Amino acid sequence: MARFGMVIDTKKCVGCMDCVVACKTENNVPEGFNRDWIVQDARGSFPTVNLEIRSERCNHCDNPPCVYCCPTGASHIHNLGGVVLVDHELCIGCKACIASCPYDARFVHPEGYVDKCTFCIHRVEEGLDPACVSVCPTYCMYFGDLEDPNSEVNKLLNSRKHHAVLPEAGTKPQIFYLE
Amino acid sequence: MNEITNTRMNPGIDPSLSIWNWEIPIYLFLGGIVAGMMIISGYFLFKGRTKDVECSCFLVPFISFILLSFGMLALFLDLEHKAYVWRVYTTFKIKSPMSWGSWILILIYPILILNILIRIPDFLSKKLKFLKSISLKINSHPTAIKNIGLVSMIFGALLGIYTGVLLSSLGARPLWNNSTLWILFLLSGLSSAAAFVHLIAKSKYESHLLAKADNVFLSLELIVLVLFLIGLLTSTQVHISAAEFLISGNYAPLFWVFVIGLGIIIPLIIQLYAVNNKIKHQPVAPIMVIIGGLILRFVIVNAGQASHWFNAGMLK
Ligand code: SF4
Ligand code: SF4
Repeated sequence: MARFGMVIDTKKCVGCMDCVVACKTENNVPEGFNRDWIVQDARGSFPTVNLEIRSERCNHCDNPPCVYCCPTGASHIHNLGGVVLVDHELCIGCKACIASCPYDARFVHPEGYVDKCTFCIHRVEEGLDPACVSVCPTYCMYFGDLEDPNSEVNKLLNSRKHHAVLPEAGTKPQIFYLE
Repeated sequence: MNEITNTRMNPGIDPSLSIWNWEIPIYLFLGGIVAGMMIISGYFLFKGRTKDVECSCFLVPFISFILLSFGMLALFLDLEHKAYVWRVYTTFKIKSPMSWGSWILILIYPILILNILIRIPDFLSKKLKFLKSISLKINSHPTAIKNIGLVSMIFGALLGIYTGVLLSSLGARPLWNNSTLWILFLLSGLSSAAAFVHLIAKSKYESHLLAKADNVFLSLELIVLVLFLIGLLTSTQVHISAAEFLISGNYAPLFWVFVIGLGIIIPLIIQLYAVNNKIKHQPVAPIMVIIGGLILRFVIVNAGQASHWFNAGMLK
């Protein structure tokens, strides 16, 4: 069984937001909404400052509270790669999943259902990378199977120091940031 | 220093969560008060108070029916994808309190209807004559009435508990993620219900009993509120920051003045005087309790949405 995840090299990311634009174009994300976004995390004070730029999105958690709390099964784990998806036809828009996500990765689409990153499952099923990964000009994003020991994502995680965002929230996020 | 900037500005999500407006607090309040009223009128049925023509157990289920329907309407108004609401009833998700709640609500209606049938309000019995014969049947079996009372108490408790579990199961919001929340909401539902039934009770016996019961509920509610805050304050930084929203932050004035002061302590003092026959029973105390219960839901829902794993350390 594949387990899809992402590895993002914060040493290479320059925060150009190409991934954000690519996602909006690929997935017709409505104006004013974002499925992915850029966070600048600055620590320290000048001149000893550390700046980490992260391209963030739904973490496709392995222990996803958004799936557990959903009363209709609209939020579910896809059989390919454990990707967390929302079935628009099942979603009643109760917003419990939004409240349950520590990353605030979800939003209400103007058409009423809840929306978020899908890891571009429609592309992945055709053997392509998610749109954000495929456009990154610094090649800082990697998508692949975390269960496959020979995958590029796994090799990077085994060879580089990395961290996830808010692992203490306990949802087992599947996006890792190389330090 | 740690400064975080984010390019995301999703409506309803950023800068802090505001997905639930007035509808959810109103729904939680009405659900809670109906839960309390079901427990109280169920208790009266169980104790055989139907012999007293003035028993509030004849009127309370009818009012509960109306209030619950308003609560369900508020819940429905909150849904963003309204045309798909029926999807809730095509499945049952064991891990989802929302799913549990939807099914409990559906089961509550037949129980309330059974309660109403024990003594059908005049305007209904005149229009729907056949109801009279059902009512006669129920009344010819005293154990049936007792059992209706018991089932009402059980389902009332389930409803009251669920209104708290709904929020406490959402681990991403530190203020809600507390195992005492269901007890707090159940007790608040009971105290508001006792206050409401006290207001409409015709019999002196009931007024006195309900004021006494309300004093117990209010005292317990106060204790649970203290435990709720202690639980948060002795937990992680995000939980401490969440508690500070109520103790000293934006929600502190509402919390201390309307929930604790005017919603619990002052009415408790007034009712303590009343049950000890130092003063007459005043409608002001129960009204304060009901308003306090309503504001409690608003404060908890709104402060809970503001509490967060990210910003809890920064917002005070
Ligand atoms: S990041 Fe949020 S929406 Fe995505 S799987 Fe995790 S909890 Fe669910
Ligand atoms: S808003 Fe939709 S996806 Fe989210 S919990 Fe409710 S029904 Fe499920």
